[in-house]
Amino acid sequence: MSVLVYIESEEGKFKKASFEVASYAKEVAGMLGTSVTAVTFNIDDVSELGTYGVDKVLKVNNDKLNNFNAEAYADALTQAATQESSKVVVLSQSANSKYLAPLLAVRLEAGYASNVVALPESADPFTVKRTAFTNKAFNFTKIDTDVKVLGLSKNAFGLKEAQGAATTEDFNPSLSTEDFTVNVESVDKATNKVTIADAETVVSGGRGLKGPENWGMIEEMAEILGAATACSKPVSDMGWRPHSEHVGQTGKPVASNLYIAIGVSGAIQHLAGINAAKTKVVINNDPEAPFFKAADYGVVGDAFEVVPKLNEKLREFKEKNA
Amino acid sequence: MKILVCISHVPDTTSKINFTEGDTKFDTNGVQFVINPNDEFGLTRAMWFKEKQGASVDVVNVGGAETEPTLRKALAIGADTAIRVNTPATDGYQVAKELAKVVKDGGYDLVIAGRESIDYNGGMVPGMLAGILEANFINNCISLEIDGTNAKAVREIDGGKETLSTSLPLVIGGQKGLVEESDLRIPNMRGIMQARKKPLNVVEPAETSVKTEVVKFEKPAPKGDVKLIDPDNLDELINLLHNEAKAI
Repeated sequence: MSVLVYIESEEGKFKKASFEVASYAKEVAGMLGTSVTAVTFNIDDVSELGTYGVDKVLKVNNDKLNNFNAEAYADALTQAATQESSKVVVLSQSANSKYLAPLLAVRLEAGYASNVVALPESADPFTVKRTAFTNKAFNFTKIDTDVKVLGLSKNAFGLKEAQGAATTEDFNPSLSTEDFTVNVESVDKATNKVTIADAETVVSGGRGLKGPENWGMIEEMAEILGAATACSKPVSDMGWRPHSEHVGQTGKPVASNLYIAIGVSGAIQHLAGINAAKTKVVINNDPEAPFFKAADYGVVGDAFEVVPKLNEKLREFKEKNA
Repeated sequence: MKILVCISHVPDTTSKINFTEGDTKFDTNGVQFVINPNDEFGLTRAMWFKEKQGASVDVVNVGGAETEPTLRKALAIGADTAIRVNTPATDGYQVAKELAKVVKDGGYDLVIAGRESIDYNGGMVPGMLAGILEANFINNCISLEIDGTNAKAVREIDGGKETLSTSLPLVIGGQKGLVEESDLRIPNMRGIMQARKKPLNVVEPAETSVKTEVVKFEKPAPKGDVKLIDPDNLDELINLLHNEAKAI
């Protein structure tokens, strides 16, 4: 009956989103009067999970699962959910979780709600609040099936530390050759950079920066704040910055704690993608830029003057508060 | 190669989002509907396969008659045939189930859908369709090459990309990158004229089982006004970000 959570890790370390998923699952388990079971893949030391409310860890150790594989992971999680008779399975909204969740839902004959932003409104009927219309609205979705799969939006719930230690158990799902018909040939990933998906802060530049040669101050601010860098669509379309940095409706979604937009006018497609960020700051020389209507804090000024000054002050602040 | 492109009929990005009937229905009054942007990238890639490698391209939508202009637009862009499954789309699983029947009946090798629609943002139809069909599946796909029955694809991952190899039959959750924005086609007069004569087949739904139901909509609380900070007083910005927003 336990609430099952899929714990994501990278290079042997748990992702922060997984702690959030565990914290959320703990509260759901409380509502349902049950416990939390986590599934980990190829991680030796799982003791940290107890701190976020996990009662039991099913440890999968299988060399075939070193690369993420949606089909095989969905199969393993299905078997775990079946063994535990889980009625609720919670995942994050990472690229990998979004990839496997629908496959998992079909295997479990479960209803799936993605982009969930709060605890269930009620357990019976099981109703959750989620975002829709690219963050322009919410909807309350009732899940009618016996088993429910939930995708929890990043930063929607936060981390909740709990007192406790999880028990561990080895778990060996039986995987078939059909699970391995999509194979990873190569992975291209900057290892030393904060990703937009994981970042607490995202610093973004737009056309107002006039050219790729002016991105030094954006990168500097990102370095000071430990932030990811991003850009608007025209900037990536013109090739000033890589496509992977494009945030907005057709690019990557941003749900960071802080979003700083520099020289970005704030076209509606851009705002649709970054609306879920908690605090938004805009720096733009045009007071009529639509971004000012969407932002919490704004500076009307020339980015080439404001940003270097702000970087200096942010550095001082960080050194003082280190 | 037989390609099926799934087309969602969605409100244009600039639409005002309002609800009626006690916040239980989306208010379509004055809303302009378009092909879901993520689907349009997939449709354009499908046209590339048709023109460069030889393929037939059909488009499908699950929805009422009001979605037909959107299917006609896809025909004007170059699809051969349109199929409309005559039932309102209410739940991702129901849509995937209806699409699965169309794929089986039509014997399609490759199905391209958008990674998510910009209205409900469920992000589940392509994966569920693949799951139901037991076909291979690649999500967040930003590049796709087909050689015989082999496929090579690139998917976006958090912080980078991953190159994958697989084979047909295959379902793609596509997005920008399958083609670039500049490759998207605006239907010309000839395309629009031809689209009027192309077949748009209406098929009846297989079943109507749903697993989820939207019971209510809600609009976000109105946002307060932006706090403007003097560019000569950036200490104030740092103070607000630290003490008020608790963001740094």
